[in-house]
Amino acid sequence: MTRYIIYRFLQTIPTLIGVSIIAFALLRLTGDPARAVLGDMASHEAVEAYREEHGLNDPLIQQYLRFIGDILHGDFGVSLRYNEPVFDLFLERLPPTLELGLAAMALAIVVGVPVGIFSAIRWNTRWDVVIRTLVLFGQAVPGFYLGLLFIIIFSVNLRLLPTGGRGGLKHLIMPSVALSTFLVALIVRFTRSAVLDVLRQDYIRTARAKGLNEKLIIYRHVLKNALIPLITVIGLQIAILFSGAVVTETIFSWPGVGRFAVQAIYARDFPIVQVVILFMAFVIVFINLIVDIAYAYLDPRIRFD
Amino acid sequence: MGKRNATFDTVVFVRGQRTYMDREKSQSLSGVKSDASAPVAIQPLVPGVRERTFFQRRAHIFFASSANKFGLVALAIFVLCAAFPVRWLPHDPTFVAPGQRHIPPFWQTDGDAAYPLGTDHLGRDILSRLIFSARYTLAVMVFAVVIATGAGVVAGLLSGFYGGIPDSLISRLVDIQLAFPLVLLAIAVLAIIGPGFFNLVLILGLFDWARYTRVVRSSTLSVKANDYIEAARAVGVSNFRILVRHILPNVVSPILVLTTFALARVLLAESALSFLGLGIAPPRSTWGGMIGDGRNYLYEAWWSSAIPGLAISLTVLAINFVGDGLRDALDPQMETDETGG
Repeated sequence: MTRYIIYRFLQTIPTLIGVSIIAFALLRLTGDPARAVLGDMASHEAVEAYREEHGLNDPLIQQYLRFIGDILHGDFGVSLRYNEPVFDLFLERLPPTLELGLAAMALAIVVGVPVGIFSAIRWNTRWDVVIRTLVLFGQAVPGFYLGLLFIIIFSVNLRLLPTGGRGGLKHLIMPSVALSTFLVALIVRFTRSAVLDVLRQDYIRTARAKGLNEKLIIYRHVLKNALIPLITVIGLQIAILFSGAVVTETIFSWPGVGRFAVQAIYARDFPIVQVVILFMAFVIVFINLIVDIAYAYLDPRIRFD
Repeated sequence: MGKRNATFDTVVFVRGQRTYMDREKSQSLSGVKSDASAPVAIQPLVPGVRERTFFQRRAHIFFASSANKFGLVALAIFVLCAAFPVRWLPHDPTFVAPGQRHIPPFWQTDGDAAYPLGTDHLGRDILSRLIFSARYTLAVMVFAVVIATGAGVVAGLLSGFYGGIPDSLISRLVDIQLAFPLVLLAIAVLAIIGPGFFNLVLILGLFDWARYTRVVRSSTLSVKANDYIEAARAVGVSNFRILVRHILPNVVSPILVLTTFALARVLLAESALSFLGLGIAPPRSTWGGMIGDGRNYLYEAWWSSAIPGLAISLTVLAINFVGDGLRDALDPQMETDETGG
């Protein structure tokens, strides 16, 4: 187990290096950083002096290493628009995004898992067909479109919920439901097939043969085994959640990281974009690491792959 | 997978259940000797039962589901819209008429039958625009998926076949690719290189290759373990030929299934990007772009966003139906186990 953890941990290093190279390149592709800071009107001498001072004339590899060193010291650069450290600006916008993300994820699990189990137990009945159809619809509707429909129905017509912004529970309902719809569908689908898989195992037949109560079989034998693979879906969710948050936050004017990044992109304030992308990629890599280790811990067969 | 099933040739009905027998067994049972010099029609075991080719059997499974039929019909309509000549459209899709902006669809009280789905904020006919935009929507999807399939399949084949350094290199690249939040990175890159048809296709294509690589790699690994690969190698077949003639045909069905789902994923990602204003340049538009156009007029004209969104949702639904259907039809287990998963 320890060997697996170390191996899996080492695997993330090249991934993180690759991610940082792309993030570094992203900022360089957007033009001369000196020009970006000083503006188009700056004289050639001023630009050259800035380049010399900030080491922009050094070989790229040296600049990249310095970039990594800065990141490790928590220095992610300065926003061109706000003239403040981007990391501080980023941290201010993180809580709303976490709030929205956790709400969507909790909703997806609380709704998705029971519905998936129910659908599997009622396999091929009318209920199962209805749920499967709903799942297909849930996966087909773009999250941002669902958000717009919610605004049209609940804000414009019924005037029940605010169109955007962050506040109490009322503000959270539409964005979190719009963000979680795809995940609910994913989790229902996954839970259903996992439970069906377990229901077909011989030990379930044995349990039934010895006359165990069906409820007991579901609780003790089926769920325990079926829900382990669900952990991998949670890992998958993170990336979907981040991508979804970018669009959902924009629609609902949610003051989080995703909307902040989109605004920064339009304002060509790329240090902000860089820190958001780095953060999201890091979280995705880290959560996948945890998920793999948790999975290996819960299912010993994995390690010998 | 596919290889083993290719030898099952005769359809046999046993107590109403469809099963398949392999050629030799059915021949010996029906008393027909196989003769290499003269092609012999194989007699069905049960008289009157039509023989089916491999492809026909798959098609039979596929068309048994009405969801699959709906999916195919919906996609056919989509493609017809894309091919529909502009001058046959009821209105010029790019004609701006400020005097008739925000006409509601026909089922609303002040709707106009000349504009069945209403008009948008510039007075353009939404039905005409919907049909007109289908071609760009379809083009972006197809080109992006072609790029993703091409890059992903080649990388997956090389990774699975050669193993070692190419494999770990490609696998790390896949990890890096999958670590990024796709939409955000796509927005950033499009903002840098500028929006436009070509850039959009390129970004969407390059961001979807990693999924192919993962699947094709693992399929290649399992196909590679077969004896006939060993045999081919023993008689001196080159690596390239083994890859193209022996491995590629056997990983086609997972690729086909992946491709359908990739079409749906690319359509969703494209609509999000176009919605944010990073799609192709006006007056051309995709359905996602149309949603974005109407977004600021939700109070006055909800239909100009809602209708193109419905078109996207139905198309993705249709693609997913076809994808699920293909997966079931191409799954060898489905031949004996009709219940599936």
